[in-house]
Amino acid sequence: MRKAPRRQETALRETALPARFQDWFSARGWIPRQHQLDLLTHAQAGNDTLLIAPTGAGKTLAGFLPTLVELERPVNRAALHTLYISPLKALAVDVHRNLQIPIAEMGLDIRVETRTGDTSAAKRQRQRRDPPSILLTTPEQLALLLATPDARPLFSTLRRVIFDELHAITASKRGDLLNLGLARLRTLAPVMTSVGLSATVRDPDELRRWLAPRGCATRLAELVVAPAGAAPDLAILDTSEHLPWAGHSARHAMAEIYERIKAAHMTLIFVNTRAQAEFVFQELWRINEDALPIALHHGSLDVAQRRRVEDAMALGRLKAVVCTSTLDLGIDWGDVDLVINVGAPKGASRLMQRIGRANHRLDEPSRAILVPSNRFEVLECHAAVDAARAGTQDTAPQRAGSLDVLCQHILGMACAEPFDATQLFQEVISAEPYRGVTRETFDDALRFAANGGYALASYDRFAKIKRTKDDLWRVANGRVAQAYRMNVGTIVEADMLKVRLVRGQASAARSKAKPDSSKTYTGPLRRGGRVLGEIEEYFIEMLAPKDTFLFGGEVLQLEGIVENEALVSRTFAETPKIPSYIGGKFPLSTHLAARVRQILSDPRQWGDFPPQVAEWLGLQEIHSALPAPGDLLVETFPRAGRFYLACYPFEGRLAHQTLGMLLTRRMERAGLKPLGFVANDYALAVWGLADIGAKVDQGLVSLDDLFSEDMLGDDLEAWLQESALMKRTFRNCAIISGLIERNFPGKEKTARQVTISTDLIYDVLRRHEPDHILLRAARADAATGLLDIARLAAMLSRNRGRIVHKDLSRVSPLAVPIMLEIGREPVYGEAREDILVQAEQLWAEASLPEKTR
Amino acid sequence: MKAATRSGSTAPAYLQLAGASFVMDPSGALYWPEEKLLAVADLHFEKGSAYATRRVFLPPYDTAATLMRLAELVSLYEPKRIVALGDSFHDAAASERLGVEDRARIHALQSGRDWIWIAGNHDPIRPSGLEGDVMDELAIGRIRFRHEPRENASEGEIAGHLHPMARIGGLGGTVRRRCFVSDGYRCILPAFGAYAGGLNLRDEAFGFLFREADRFAHILGRGHVYRVSHRFCLPD
Repeated sequence: MRKAPRRQETALRETALPARFQDWFSARGWIPRQHQLDLLTHAQAGNDTLLIAPTGAGKTLAGFLPTLVELERPVNRAALHTLYISPLKALAVDVHRNLQIPIAEMGLDIRVETRTGDTSAAKRQRQRRDPPSILLTTPEQLALLLATPDARPLFSTLRRVIFDELHAITASKRGDLLNLGLARLRTLAPVMTSVGLSATVRDPDELRRWLAPRGCATRLAELVVAPAGAAPDLAILDTSEHLPWAGHSARHAMAEIYERIKAAHMTLIFVNTRAQAEFVFQELWRINEDALPIALHHGSLDVAQRRRVEDAMALGRLKAVVCTSTLDLGIDWGDVDLVINVGAPKGASRLMQRIGRANHRLDEPSRAILVPSNRFEVLECHAAVDAARAGTQDTAPQRAGSLDVLCQHILGMACAEPFDATQLFQEVISAEPYRGVTRETFDDALRFAANGGYALASYDRFAKIKRTKDDLWRVANGRVAQAYRMNVGTIVEADMLKVRLVRGQASAARSKAKPDSSKTYTGPLRRGGRVLGEIEEYFIEMLAPKDTFLFGGEVLQLEGIVENEALVSRTFAETPKIPSYIGGKFPLSTHLAARVRQILSDPRQWGDFPPQVAEWLGLQEIHSALPAPGDLLVETFPRAGRFYLACYPFEGRLAHQTLGMLLTRRMERAGLKPLGFVANDYALAVWGLADIGAKVDQGLVSLDDLFSEDMLGDDLEAWLQESALMKRTFRNCAIISGLIERNFPGKEKTARQVTISTDLIYDVLRRHEPDHILLRAARADAATGLLDIARLAAMLSRNRGRIVHKDLSRVSPLAVPIMLEIGREPVYGEAREDILVQAEQLWAEASLPEKTR
Repeated sequence: MKAATRSGSTAPAYLQLAGASFVMDPSGALYWPEEKLLAVADLHFEKGSAYATRRVFLPPYDTAATLMRLAELVSLYEPKRIVALGDSFHDAAASERLGVEDRARIHALQSGRDWIWIAGNHDPIRPSGLEGDVMDELAIGRIRFRHEPRENASEGEIAGHLHPMARIGGLGGTVRRRCFVSDGYRCILPAFGAYAGGLNLRDEAFGFLFREADRFAHILGRGHVYRVSHRFCLPD
């Protein structure tokens, strides 16, 4: 870990911790931990440092110790010394509270303040003029501060910046913007050093590079690794019930989960999606005969509601909380002694993070139970448990910084003060994610920030940033800066609609007594009811008025959508009409996928499997084949008048969707008449009218050609033209880059009200300037984001010449789960034209005269 | 009539209105074979440059994109007369902002045929430096072309202005597309402009214009116009 010779180390340590601190540790009955002292040593030597430590290892105190030591003797000057950045607002608030204890007990004179979206305007104003010594804030607030003229005086005194939960932020657009902010902080305060606090990651060097400036040699931040805690106590729920073939509800396991909750002190139940959380919560309450206090926590619930649940947890008033990744990170909310993960863990590191939420004491093992919700998930759970026991990590790899984020940052820098383009370029490429950016690309981003950067006709007159006589770039006027600050940040979640409770349509219509209102009349609805939370727009888009769905633990009926609100009423329906078990947002990690393929191929590893799963896989070996880890199994079989092709790449739903889109294009050309496909995390099934198996056997169609890597050329390009996922990707880039502003000075507008559809912009730009920087940004996102093209490419290359084809007379055991997804998961056709075809046909059938029907 | 030869297209979609027969093109234009007349609504030329004044820098290619699609239709149908159904320009000053190339494109489209600019609410005055007659409405027999549909219009009105869109739900999602709306008595065209937005045809603005029972959305698909009862369309 550390290269310093032992003797020198000891000497440094003795001088490092002042007597007042040593006394405080002793008074508490503590001994400073090795990693706390090591971090202090590095910080005092002026080194950027990364601390990797498990939860409960005193990570936060370690991070602040150097600052507290340096501030032991107060200076009578209000100057910002240390900036602490947390990905969660709540974590910053929590750290603020925890930091008060050592400061008070040691009698230190240090002012610590938080600054979040909740901080009052007056306080924020005051903080810029009269800063505390330590400021705790979020990445978005830092970007905001850096875009003000006060940034230079405020940050010039800065000595240290601490990034908490660094692993959770680096490989994202949020991390890109934060790293550009770090580069700017270094410019403003050259003596400043960085400290990163992280959970265990796959490749610590990625984070070490992230913390250190690029350019001059390949410097890495120093690394301090705290010893790991006790090994976790992991189990997979061995259900006595029938284990479902497909779906993510885990309904079969509810009684067993309930028993475990009863036996534990406090349980966290993690699921992958909001819909699953709602479902599990409702099912648990259905059988909650002891009226155990079980609560629900997910990102769509109203903030006040979430805070109430968190407070109740902290006070130990709850027995269990059903939650999504909202509780993956951060704070100790209570005495959790059991974690139950329902459904697929998706990644070994993600699972470890969740397990770490139980029992924040290092010397005791965390206890966790994995509950697979279907048979494939049994394989995935076993793969994850193996990985966790072996300590294997599979956090997302670092990737090149996004260009849309760079565009946003450049405008922000102009809002702070006039800049010289060459100096800003040097600063930008000193940020790790942007080290490979060329001057040409930087200039494209600069022109984009100024006037859209189009090759043709420029909008120079209206440019947001302009060049001054002395060749500096400055913001055109205060309104541009104001608009920038209202739109700063990189989090473009799915568009959210507020869910507002209103009176049911029926009663509203009655009271209005409008004689000509027909049954299909939809508005206006009464407004003004309580807001229950927020919900993804794409989910509501799938519903028609009167459809029912689960939200906040109750069944609601959609009444209509008005502006940015979904108006709903309560209903007495027992079960919602729209189930929405759409799988998790996170694709199966490549590491787990490889392990699952490996387990599948080797029956000797099925010893621990429930008998029903081992039997299922055994039948697969008899009726079809178990593919070797490097092979791709492709099965063809007829069923109910249609012909199916099923394959099992185990690359995650997103990559499979893209594969399905491209594969059906090629099958169309090969005369295989595909009609549609369905994808899940493990498999892909395509169906059509032609006997695919027969054509392959007759040598008329080659599977090697169908699955050839060249589908990523013209086919991909042609599909991207109209892909709804690509348009969504482009939309995010358009918003982050500032092409489309979501918020306007004066009034808040939501994305739903953005007057120009980004789909239309995409169509026009793609045709007329295909190399525009925004399209480049969108394509880069498509490689890893919603289309996961990079992963598909790796799979196609791995399976080249290794396709194992089985032409079967009927559906294979392995195909049963994906076949059951048909009709449950969305079915894709090209550009959703199928929906229009269906609507026309439906109408034609419905309107036929009675006797010819 | 060469509509059927269009690549990827199925049988042309016909619309009967006041005794006349029209073809609804999947691009959103309406063609009248007997009169060799092509009608397009709400071109909204220079919407991009209009936004630029508010520092929203949309790609400045919307006028070119719209004109190129129109040129394809002109070479397909070879109309003798083109009727632009109003709001051809996004604002009163838009025609002055036209680029040289786009101006040349319009001239090329106009040569050898009649061109009628129906006045709209966005562009009430004559476009500067361009050919073509400016009219409030054009009547040919019982057919009347005007910008804004009237509440008590006689049979045979063809209008634009409302930018109709239909939202259709199906297995696993919904689609939102531009569409023609007609009840066999009158017809509203979809907006043709590249940046023109849309209004759901379930909006009240459409309510009083059509006979409930016969109201159909003719939805623009790829190479095909889909005929769907408005009752199958979803509100937003």
